[in-house]
Amino acid sequence: MKYTVMVNEGPYQHQSSDSALQFVRAALEKGHEIFRVFFYHDGVNNGTRLAVPPKDDRLLQQEWSDLAKEHDLDLVICIAAAQRRGLMDPDEAKRQGLDADNIIEGFRISGLGQLIEGSIQSDRTIVFGD
Amino acid sequence: MAMLHIVNKSPFERNAFKSCLDHAVAGDSILMIEDAAVGAVDGTVFSSDLKAAMADKSVYVLGGDLAARGMSEDRIIDGIKVVDYAGFVDLTAENDKTQSWV
Repeated sequence: MKYTVMVNEGPYQHQSSDSALQFVRAALEKGHEIFRVFFYHDGVNNGTRLAVPPKDDRLLQQEWSDLAKEHDLDLVICIAAAQRRGLMDPDEAKRQGLDADNIIEGFRISGLGQLIEGSIQSDRTIVFGD
Repeated sequence: MAMLHIVNKSPFERNAFKSCLDHAVAGDSILMIEDAAVGAVDGTVFSSDLKAAMADKSVYVLGGDLAARGMSEDRIIDGIKVVDYAGFVDLTAENDKTQSWV
């Protein structure tokens, strides 16, 4: 079965980023396809490479990034939500005249249409968030 | 056209869980995850509502989220099935549609 997963909550906010990550891992283990994971609202904060949690805590952004690399996942960050929260890829940082970008490997920035297309292309859309 | 309702808020904190019970129809399934897992515990002000819904709906709780909140499985309402993430995935595949009550 083909899934699109939506994450509306930032890491460490409540539990939804953890829940979504574990759901995606379980679905992949069962042989399902993850067509896309779409990060919206504070969920875009899952895509920064500049987070440094305490050493004994999990680094959710890296876990998403590693999972994307391992399974060739399409992790998409909403552009409007990302701009509001200071989440930039190199192109967007340049376009906005900013001095740095902070997106972690494995994520890309695009529009809300990617969520709609993902839902159309997938058998199921599962929403995690606040 | 059975639907899986995914609830992640405690019924003692928000009314999303109660709204879910009011909207779910016979044959649907309800899965409690995250803070909603506490709703599975028997003998609370919420348990009679959930038991009434169980007459014609299947109810599940994510075992890890229940344990993370210090609730043992012997405290939950009889008939609620405990699932892991693999079981969560199966429920989303078995039902035609899913609705997250965030």
